[in-house]
Amino acid sequence: MARISIENVSVDFPLYHGSARSLKKTVLAAASGRLGEDQRQRVVVEALRNIEIHLQTGDRLGLIGTNGAGKTTLLRTIAGIYEPVHGRVLVEGGLNALLDPQLGMNMDLTGRENIMLRGLYNGYSKQQIRLLEQDVQDFAELGEFLDLPVRFYSSGMVVRLGFGLATAIRPEVLLMDEWFMAGDASFVAKAHTRLESIVRGADILVLSSHITSAVLQWCTRVIWMDHGRIKMDGNAQDVVDCYLGTPTLAPALT
Amino acid sequence: MGYGPADMDAISEHTLPRLSHATLDVRSALRPAQRHALAWRDIAGGLGLWRLGVTLGWLDIKLKYRGSVLGPFWLTISTGVMVAAIGGVYGTLFHMALKSYLPFLALSLVLWNVIGGLVSEACTTFTQSDGMIRSVRMPFFVHALRVVVRTIISFLHNLPVIVVTFAIFGVSPGWVCLQSLFGFAVWTVDAFAACFLLGALCARFRDIPPIVGSVMQIAFYITPIVWRADQLGSKGWWLPLNPFDSLLEIVRQPMLGEVASVEVWTLSLVVSAVFCAVAWFVFARVRARLAYWM
Repeated sequence: MARISIENVSVDFPLYHGSARSLKKTVLAAASGRLGEDQRQRVVVEALRNIEIHLQTGDRLGLIGTNGAGKTTLLRTIAGIYEPVHGRVLVEGGLNALLDPQLGMNMDLTGRENIMLRGLYNGYSKQQIRLLEQDVQDFAELGEFLDLPVRFYSSGMVVRLGFGLATAIRPEVLLMDEWFMAGDASFVAKAHTRLESIVRGADILVLSSHITSAVLQWCTRVIWMDHGRIKMDGNAQDVVDCYLGTPTLAPALT
Repeated sequence: MGYGPADMDAISEHTLPRLSHATLDVRSALRPAQRHALAWRDIAGGLGLWRLGVTLGWLDIKLKYRGSVLGPFWLTISTGVMVAAIGGVYGTLFHMALKSYLPFLALSLVLWNVIGGLVSEACTTFTQSDGMIRSVRMPFFVHALRVVVRTIISFLHNLPVIVVTFAIFGVSPGWVCLQSLFGFAVWTVDAFAACFLLGALCARFRDIPPIVGSVMQIAFYITPIVWRADQLGSKGWWLPLNPFDSLLEIVRQPMLGEVASVEVWTLSLVVSAVFCAVAWFVFARVRARLAYWM
């Protein structure tokens, strides 16, 4: 049984610009007893505020909202990358977070080396890493490029490698950012089956996207994020309708 | 759902296993005791991923010398050239017999390369892995391990310089040199502490790496590396105040065939204990914030 429980979570981003990163300013402030004040005056962005979400096996949650609404930060917080300033994040189940196309790949290393690193991260044995390699190779069709540094790849090849690698690992809890929906038409068609299988195999899906059609296709529940808060939470169709401001039940314009 | 997890696991013989049995529990506003427990968990988790840390360190070295014919043996050559050059200049200046001075110098320089190299690389422990830190949750210990492994590989490539110099001048330390392994053990622990402490401080305050750089530059001159402690005579009373001196001696003396004194050992253990304690407290305190500083 997989479970996600987000209890009253808030996340602040400190903005370290210029003086806040300076050691001199901090030392001087500490010496003159102003450290506390300095910390309170520090500029922070309130990325998430009092988020409360509970998910269990079978749940498919979509996150929608404008840029900067906190969707990606919420995904990163669920993934345990950002630890919250307030509250608690509990995730039971093996987690795979597909956050950005590069997914921490090292551009100077070859495709094969990047695949190996991902395998090691997941604690795979040599045999399993070979399987992972084979699987990604079959999908990404990089041919001999697999042994060249990723920086020599075309952007399409980078996406294929990143996507193939990320989707080769089947998790119980799948977190996905919207770039997975992007890409040119032929790639999307090819990727679709693969994505569908990993999504169906996951116990819990959390998908963040601008593209409301994608959210409607994959998700049963949708949360509308606005300025780091939950603006609306409910049935996918209802929330998307409100978000778009055009309820489908209203008479269509002719 | 199309097919459940049970079906997928049944065919796992030739497919990859599903990620499972993991629990992530992150809380805020921790009491100090909980922070220390989480810092421990970070280290334990990092040790569990040791293959990843070692591979990352190894790939760093491989990457640095990719496309170069001699590869990391450039390290060996440049250290060798350095020993010959400094040996020639200072040997003449100090009127020292090269027979005893050069082996001392080769050993000291190689060992100082380890300390100096580690300290400067410790500063970028976390900042150099920013992409990785922002895209997956990973024990921070893995990044420290990566730096330590890199340093060990560099050291092993410099080892031939010592061996060759010792062979040329017929220096044989004997079995007592094995005592230096205890010294290396202390160094390893200190190295992880340095990665945690400097890595975290440098991620937060971008002024620190240049400061560390100049401190190490000064340390190079006030530590007996190119000169010997006995050259100072009675003016050397301040040497025990230099922590690098005793730390260097616990490895260097056995490798030169002498037993490191109790005094040197006590001093270096005390210095290391204080250093590790400071590093530990800083790491436990800022661990949860590190991702925000990238």
